[in-house]
Amino acid sequence: MSQSMTAMIDITNAEKTFTMHLQGGVELPVVRGVSFQVAPGECVVLSGPSGAGKSSILKMIFGNYRCDAGRIDIRHQGTVIDLATAEPRQVLSIRRSTIGYVSQFLRAVPRVATIDVVAEPLIANGVARPEARERAGALLRRLNIPERLWALPPSTFSGGEQQRVNIARGFISDLPILLLDEPTASLDAANRAVVVELIDEKKRQGVAMVAIVHDDEIRHLIADRIVDVTVFASAA
Amino acid sequence: MAEQTLDDQPLLVAEDLGKNYGRLTACRDVSFALYPGEVLAVVGESGSGKSTLLQLLAAQLAPTAGRVSYRMRDGVLRDLAALGEAERRFLFRTDWGFVHQDPAQGLRMAVSAGANVGERLMAVGWNHYGRIRDTASSWLERVEIDTDRIDDAPKTYSGGMRQRLQIARNLVTEPRLVFMDEPTGGLDVSVQARLLDLMRNLVSELDLAAIVVTHDLAVARLLSHRVMVMKGGRVIETGLTDQVLDDPREPYTQLLVSSILPP
Repeated sequence: MSQSMTAMIDITNAEKTFTMHLQGGVELPVVRGVSFQVAPGECVVLSGPSGAGKSSILKMIFGNYRCDAGRIDIRHQGTVIDLATAEPRQVLSIRRSTIGYVSQFLRAVPRVATIDVVAEPLIANGVARPEARERAGALLRRLNIPERLWALPPSTFSGGEQQRVNIARGFISDLPILLLDEPTASLDAANRAVVVELIDEKKRQGVAMVAIVHDDEIRHLIADRIVDVTVFASAA
Repeated sequence: MAEQTLDDQPLLVAEDLGKNYGRLTACRDVSFALYPGEVLAVVGESGSGKSTLLQLLAAQLAPTAGRVSYRMRDGVLRDLAALGEAERRFLFRTDWGFVHQDPAQGLRMAVSAGANVGERLMAVGWNHYGRIRDTASSWLERVEIDTDRIDDAPKTYSGGMRQRLQIARNLVTEPRLVFMDEPTGGLDVSVQARLLDLMRNLVSELDLAAIVVTHDLAVARLLSHRVMVMKGGRVIETGLTDQVLDDPREPYTQLLVSSILPP
């Protein structure tokens, strides 16, 4: 397929089963035969009822869940790396410079100021601190986090504010792949619109995205293609 | 890409490492490579062999099997058992740090904080008193100890301050590798959080490699890139920290992870 020449993500027959040793070794098949590709500038939305394995697939692409079989090829710094078999150091390198993950929940580090939480991914990639903070401030402003809060750690914020900090942190990077796990859940209409705008900007920059969104309206606005996860259901 | 070539070479390599006490096996068949800037957590319960492993890696204990090699600053990977006395001293005093669970083991409790930090500098040939004091003072600041306390002995410090002082003493010589044995072990929870945060920042700012032994999975999650789970003296599972903690494979690792109370 010609598409595979340019795909940022190319998944072939990926498979995941949990073995619950504390429950007598019960096998919990999650997905099998997962196969799809994501091109630069494209947003693929995973659809299916909850429990169908959408989050598991996202976590497999991030290397957070292990993949039991198949391939997850990621275009990383000009080469293709199979994340399913990559060494921990390669996965870390991929996360630093290729794949970003925007989750619903912020794992806040105590005592770090919001502006630095947001700027950190840029600094880790070698952007000078003043520039990184400036870009962090611009993004926080767009997401309606008032400037007087920027010096405080986000752990003191409300749930909605924390989520917007998390979105700012996820979207600030220049990474070529973004995984979005319900980025608009629990946001108000104004902030949802900002997130849709951010996703549009990423598309124009050629970023490949895989998203989970429950809101039909948002899905309609951001999806270039929908992948139905129920076809990957594991027959137990 | 060019800057990565150096980092592509491991800093420390363990091969089939083991230690027996008579017929008792404290640890066996441990092999791994640690890269510059990488933080490895070794987790397991008491008696799992994790502390023995740390002592083997830090050349404080001689292995009964296998070996540990370390890449010296000249770029050559050397078997620790074959190092000369001067090279060992260089490692212990300069290129390595060792943070003990009990600060009293890593500090001299009756001499001033400034002297505790300055001593490591003097051991590597610093002899200008003013410069040593300035450096000690700036390190106290970095570990958030009020510089007014520079002339006080650590025996007058709280547990958290002692632990931060021990860290300053270890890092002042700009080591490339730090061993930590239950670094947050004896501390109150609120004090632990501050120390972890401090360590996390220092490790990334200084691009330190570290091997952290802990029974606390939260410490492993916050500090480490990679984790090794030990049980009965062997490594039973290893991988990226979030992967092992979020998708544990081995029965024992699943038990450890499921034993944590949700936050």
